[in-house]
Amino acid sequence: MSALVGTGSLVRLALRRDRLMLSVWILIFVVTAAGSAGATVGLYDSVESRIQASAAINKTPSLVALYGLIYDESSLGALSMIKLGAFGGALVAVFSILLVIRHTRAEEEAGRLELVGSTVVGRHAPLAAALVVTIAANVLLGVLTALGLIGSGLPASGSIAFGLAWASIGVAFAGVAAIAAQVTSSARAAIGMAMAFLGVVYVLRAIGDTAGDGGLTWLRWLSPIGWGQQVRPFQGDRWWVLVIPVAFFVVTTAAAFVLVTQRDHAAGLLPDRPGPAEAGRSLRGPLGLAWRLQRGLLFGWMAGFVVLGLVFGNIATNIGSFMDSPAARDLIQKLGGVRGLTDAFMSTELGMMGVILSVYGIQVVLRLRSEESELRAEPVLATGVGRISWAWSHIVIALLGTTAIIVATGLAAGLSYSAQTGHANDFGRVFVAAIVRLPAVWVLAGIAAAAFGLAPRAAVAGWAALVAFLLLGEFGPLFELPQSVMNISPYAHVPRLPGGDFTAVPLVWLVLLAAALTAAGLVGFRRRDVPIT
Amino acid sequence: MNAPTDTAISATGMVKTFGNTRALDGLDLTVNTGEVHGFLGPNGSGKTTTIRVLLGLLRADAGEARLLGGDPWRDATTLHKRLAYVPGDVTLWPNLTGGEVIDMLGRMRGGLNKQRRNELLERFDLDPKKKGRAYSKGNKQKVGLVAALASDVELLILDEPTSGLDPLMEEVFQQCINEERRRGRTVLLSSHVLAEVEALCDRVTIIRLGRTAETGTLSEMRHLTRTSIAADLAGEPNGLRALAGIYNFQVEGTRVRFEADTDRLDAVLRQLTSIGVRSLVSQPPTLEELFLRHYQDDLGNGQKQVGAAVSS
Repeated sequence: MSALVGTGSLVRLALRRDRLMLSVWILIFVVTAAGSAGATVGLYDSVESRIQASAAINKTPSLVALYGLIYDESSLGALSMIKLGAFGGALVAVFSILLVIRHTRAEEEAGRLELVGSTVVGRHAPLAAALVVTIAANVLLGVLTALGLIGSGLPASGSIAFGLAWASIGVAFAGVAAIAAQVTSSARAAIGMAMAFLGVVYVLRAIGDTAGDGGLTWLRWLSPIGWGQQVRPFQGDRWWVLVIPVAFFVVTTAAAFVLVTQRDHAAGLLPDRPGPAEAGRSLRGPLGLAWRLQRGLLFGWMAGFVVLGLVFGNIATNIGSFMDSPAARDLIQKLGGVRGLTDAFMSTELGMMGVILSVYGIQVVLRLRSEESELRAEPVLATGVGRISWAWSHIVIALLGTTAIIVATGLAAGLSYSAQTGHANDFGRVFVAAIVRLPAVWVLAGIAAAAFGLAPRAAVAGWAALVAFLLLGEFGPLFELPQSVMNISPYAHVPRLPGGDFTAVPLVWLVLLAAALTAAGLVGFRRRDVPIT
Repeated sequence: MNAPTDTAISATGMVKTFGNTRALDGLDLTVNTGEVHGFLGPNGSGKTTTIRVLLGLLRADAGEARLLGGDPWRDATTLHKRLAYVPGDVTLWPNLTGGEVIDMLGRMRGGLNKQRRNELLERFDLDPKKKGRAYSKGNKQKVGLVAALASDVELLILDEPTSGLDPLMEEVFQQCINEERRRGRTVLLSSHVLAEVEALCDRVTIIRLGRTAETGTLSEMRHLTRTSIAADLAGEPNGLRALAGIYNFQVEGTRVRFEADTDRLDAVLRQLTSIGVRSLVSQPPTLEELFLRHYQDDLGNGQKQVGAAVSS
């Protein structure tokens, strides 16, 4: 067991470093869950109202794809937590991934683990410590969430099941991250790998949930997110399902510990191949450098979004088959017929993709910040490269990259959609519906650029804005916030296409706002000290 | 020494504060064109901050700085084409090879001498095909050095460039700097390695706590300080102790050991020869002693100030 020597002190070090961040993260989850439950409890006090609302969700494939199914339509808890089960679970997974990588591969890459490793610390101790911290954080998150839900008036048993389902998703992804941390030698790539896995399993459960009886429903059992949903909190509380993510964690963690012994310190499992001895033609200015640093990320996102576009374009047209009861047909008529329903589905999915694409935009812009704080900007800015052209080189990739991704997504979704309906003009409708997401995405990239230029130490403001707008959009209606508050979010101004009215004016304003934010960031960056670490 | 006629770098009264920390506190620095100028100071004394101000990366709060005849903040990009900079801690892009970084930085400066690049790669024994993440600290430093030395520029600004280099490579580095001097380039060399500065530099500036403590050629500096003398005399060392400008006097029979003010050596030697000298060792102050003397002023003022200098 000497390989685990020092785990205890590394755990204490991690807790000392992260005590604030961990507390805030956990608190956000608990408050969101309890707040959302508390707001719903008052809304649906009769069983009929709950059945009506739940049935409406179950009959709307876009919502099922995004959030999952409600198995007991009379359950208050199930209805309250439908938006948070899978979607919140995915955010718990992100939390786990970032936490594990932060204390393993990121430390190793920065060379700090070498310092620690030269003291009395066993070979397996860093990974063990990261997992101990992550598991403990997830359990605490689960328990506090359960208490919060009970406090909001939901049944105790279901609340505990929900908390543990969330924790189980986090635990499963701790195992995934543990493996990813061994495979690559860069933390960025390890996070990307684990996130890609998360994206795939989220889509797997979406396909499973929308498949209808007898179809591909088994796919949801291949997904840690699906396992969390299949615990079915407030709908029978199937505790035995929790065994699956725990077993998955044990297997993946065991594999990760074996991988640790297979590699050298600071190296990944994938060997570093030698590269060119001389720079190619493109590597001559800031844009060439930025492209070189960003292209992998762009191709990854584009591939993911094209797949999503194809899948959603395809699912959308299956919606008619869901609707065979008289009540459902009634609902369809109210919503504007089958066409109206599929339009609503595409509109919701493309809207969600627009929000997610903002993650990419912010990520690309904030590469400026990590280039600066990791002191790689300094040697470049000490050459003939001006500050504006250096900063712009990454921002322009954010703007054009998001454009390229959304165009590719629109093409994929439009083609697969119109191939199903057989109407050629459906292609154009879906394609335009994808493109209109772009200005809001640029606004988020602009916020990140402004933060980088004006308040570099607070550059995470880009992420904070995204989370705030996301919460505003998801929970604003639930908390009955006034429209003027919800209008703060740029996503609120995107036309609801396909199907809704197209108005160009808000889009023009969003583009101007994005331009103003970007310009402010560039001017601020030209005036300030570099590097601010 | 032929006196240079032009100044490459001149800074007067530079002040830079970060929050409550006064990183530069009225610093002066003059580097003549064509000289190799040593820039010395303990950790945290403001060397890197000075260099970043000269590169137009940081904006000074007060004082005036000129670099190659221009304003380092306003004319940054045009000036940068005429200089090459090696940071103290070269950080490379994990997925770019060393060769790519060298070429890219060279092109961004506006030109790279390809023949010299390849020659330098050979001399520094550097594999240009490795990815950035695979280099050791010393090899990362070599990437920065080759990129700078192979560029066609007038001024080299090197911030502790040899940290992490082995003695063999340190030797190669010194040869390269001497070649640069012969080519007529100006070099500002910030360093901790006093032997390196002593071997390479025409003039030296010592800073501490963000101020210039001393500046000049090594011989000028030595003139203002003490020479150590150890002698075996023919008789009793009478009358020596009483002479002006004698310090740390130690006697052991006929052997004496002491330090003397360099400008009083004449009188001291006359006294010694009047007693009769059997053997004599005279040592000029090393740079280390010059350096430590400024450093010890801080120690004299109490540990607190040194702590602040080191940690800030």
